[in-house]
Amino acid sequence: MTDLTCTNLSMTFTNPQTGAAVEALKDINFTLKQGELLSVLGPSGCGKTTLLNMIAGFVNPTAGTISLGDTAIEGPGVERGMVFQQGALFEWLPVAKNVDFGLRMKKQDEKEAVALVEKWLDIVGLQGFGDTPTYQLSGGMQQRVALARCLVNDPDVILMDEPLGALDALTREKMQSLVLELWKETGKTIMIITHSVEEALLLGERLFVMAPRPGRIHKEYRLPFAEQGLKQSLRDIKQDSKFSEIREEILTMIWNMEEEIMGGV
Amino acid sequence: MFEWLSEERAFIAAFLVIALIISFGVSLTIGLKQSILRANDEVFGDPDRTKGGWYWSVCGASALLLIWFYFSWEVGRAYFPKAANEICQVAKIEESISPINAAMPIGSRYYKSTDLIIRNTAQLDSLEAALPVDLFSAQEASQLLSVINQTRQIIAAFSNPDSQDPQSQKAIANLAAEFDFLSEDVLAGYDGYEPTPEALLQPKWGITEVEIPLLPLTPRGVLFDNISLKAKSLADTFLKLRSKSAEADRLIAKTKAEIKTLKEANSQAQGSETYVKKREAYVKAVERIFKRVDDGTIFPPEALAPLYISVQNFTASVDDVKGGLGFIDSVFLPGNGIIKSRTQCTEQGPGRWLPKPTDVVATFTRLANPDVASGGGYKGTTLLWWKWLEISDVVDFFVPDSVIDMLPGSYGTHSADGTFEPTFKDNLLRLAKGKISLGAIPMLDGHIWDSLFRVLVAMGAGILFGVPLGIYMGVSRFFKSFFDPLIELYRPVPPLAWAPLILTIFGIQDDGKIFLLFMVAFAIMVISARTGASGTQLSKIRASHSLGATNQQILRYVILPNALPEILTGIRIAIGVCWGTLVAAEMLAGTTGVGFIENVARTVSDYELIWVTILIMGILGLLFDIMMRWVIQKTIPWRGKG
Repeated sequence: MTDLTCTNLSMTFTNPQTGAAVEALKDINFTLKQGELLSVLGPSGCGKTTLLNMIAGFVNPTAGTISLGDTAIEGPGVERGMVFQQGALFEWLPVAKNVDFGLRMKKQDEKEAVALVEKWLDIVGLQGFGDTPTYQLSGGMQQRVALARCLVNDPDVILMDEPLGALDALTREKMQSLVLELWKETGKTIMIITHSVEEALLLGERLFVMAPRPGRIHKEYRLPFAEQGLKQSLRDIKQDSKFSEIREEILTMIWNMEEEIMGGV
Repeated sequence: MFEWLSEERAFIAAFLVIALIISFGVSLTIGLKQSILRANDEVFGDPDRTKGGWYWSVCGASALLLIWFYFSWEVGRAYFPKAANEICQVAKIEESISPINAAMPIGSRYYKSTDLIIRNTAQLDSLEAALPVDLFSAQEASQLLSVINQTRQIIAAFSNPDSQDPQSQKAIANLAAEFDFLSEDVLAGYDGYEPTPEALLQPKWGITEVEIPLLPLTPRGVLFDNISLKAKSLADTFLKLRSKSAEADRLIAKTKAEIKTLKEANSQAQGSETYVKKREAYVKAVERIFKRVDDGTIFPPEALAPLYISVQNFTASVDDVKGGLGFIDSVFLPGNGIIKSRTQCTEQGPGRWLPKPTDVVATFTRLANPDVASGGGYKGTTLLWWKWLEISDVVDFFVPDSVIDMLPGSYGTHSADGTFEPTFKDNLLRLAKGKISLGAIPMLDGHIWDSLFRVLVAMGAGILFGVPLGIYMGVSRFFKSFFDPLIELYRPVPPLAWAPLILTIFGIQDDGKIFLLFMVAFAIMVISARTGASGTQLSKIRASHSLGATNQQILRYVILPNALPEILTGIRIAIGVCWGTLVAAEMLAGTTGVGFIENVARTVSDYELIWVTILIMGILGLLFDIMMRWVIQKTIPWRGKG
């Protein structure tokens, strides 16, 4: 079992000039079981991106440990794939070369690589786009490439940092369905950071609402909507009265947090 | 073919000017029509308003060329090919009578006599005021004052028409009459005058170094030429004329005697060296002014008046006969006209420093001719051609002999019978020294290639060393902080400030210039590669880490391609700066290269050659830039779209 476990995770940033310390995260504890879909929501400054970066291994926590299965995380690794808001594609490479980047880096057999790339391009709905320069793609297509690039490496966990934040509403909805499909088909553990309450509700089997100062998990939900989304249309789910109820509850919660921050200034 | 074209420059230019005027007119018409048609297509400020418009390019280029043709006197030469020669003959007359003009209010505002009086009177006044009483005895002082006063009286005597000697009046009147005769000669016209066969054999205007043919080519020119000879002898007579006055003669004799006594007193003066020197200096100053007025160069204006009028009439009659020539001179030969001095007639103003377009082309053709033996190329080197390059020379240059020393085996010695049998190692040494023929490869050659070669080698080295260092500086704290001060300290120094030092150390051969250019290119490449590398988006770096790339792989496959746009822009800038520096470096030292040509051309005031080199450099710089823009477009189509 490759569960993702965070134990007593804390992160303190120190301003090098003033020496003032800011507690970005404090005593985060949770376990994400294999195959779980977690969305993380919270007002800006609550440390959700920092949490993701620590799990990805880009920054080291000042205290606490993160482990995937039995291994402690000490840096970036292929078993934790990343998808960024702007895709972070290599614009000098065509789509296929972007997707097989990870395979080329570990010098995988070329034939296998070609087959893998074709398979994943197919799954994300980009068959035939292999030779297209990435800068000619639309935002949604670029995110599909980013997803394929991440999945081709067969990671245990997929970490998404506001992956759909820059897309228009319609594309966004399609991409949300795609993420759910991929989750079901691959059975990967997925952690999504998002700003959108609706998206967090739709894509979160589990949902953390984080609070700032110090950054912490304020409330956890277990939601049925992701499972439902596999069977029915996302728009119908949004009409659901329970969906609206939780959405309002969370919105109020975050609203109050933002008010508190503003009032504190 | 080239000979014929070269001979017929004026005719070709006449044709070109008409073509240019037509293209200017036509493109202007099209442009104006298009402007009206498209006036409301886009709002003001819309970038689309700048798109297209080839007709304005044609219009601008035609206008610029026409301006060039006009101000270089090419238009004048094209349509009035003999005008310059005729004006040259007029210039001869002006040269002949210039001494008389200078004495009259023709060449300047005042009579020369008036100028002399104003200047000397002022100096006398200041001398009188500054008389050093402590240096001289009372008697000497009064004597000095009397000399000063008498010098004033001499001036007055010469200026008074009543005290003028009738003989000198008569001489002036005679000279005036001579000029009147000459005016009649001029006005009689030039029927029957013919240019000499010798004159007709002269090369055309602009073909040889002496720009304007000197001997008259037209009947009118022959007339002016003759008149100029006669005027010259009259001017000589005028220069010998002296103002005479009995009153002045008496005063001069008296003053001379007084100055003599003062000088004698000085030679016997007792006292310190400075004291004697000061006395001598003052007396000398007084004597100098006396000597300026005692030679009869001051005339009363009334005495000169008849000559003044005659000379004015003479000039007017020359102008009469000149007719339309004056109009051509002022309209088609803009600038300061043509001046005859000693042995040649020269163009003044833009006609001199702005060579005619066809002359520039002719000079360029002469330079571009690869046949050095028949006068092509410059200083024994072609402009741009090819030659056979011995491969052994290349080996000699690149393989140091010491490499052979390090190989196993030993060099041979001579044997007992006094012969030498080379060993394998001896033969290798001969190879390294370039003494074994390896055949030859064709190679570019010439001044332009030499310049290009220096830039290309320096650029190559600059890229080879600068880009890796720049990239490491973009990603590593050590490299950034260690090398930053070094590069930032030497980079702001203008390359030309380094030139004297570098050229002194390395000598005037290629290596000095290449090193100088390398320094220029290196700094630019380091900075651009560094900017490109440090500008890589963090998310791309993080993504590649998550995709399992090692640090070296990230450097090679992410940071380098990401820095490519900056690197290519850096190359584009570096080539431009190198090119500019190179030309200046070649001017400082060297025996080949475009800058060398320009420098030599400068020392001999060969304006055509200077302009040809300027044009060559401009065109080559432009070609470099177009090439780089093309490369940038082809290699980094994603630029600005990431």
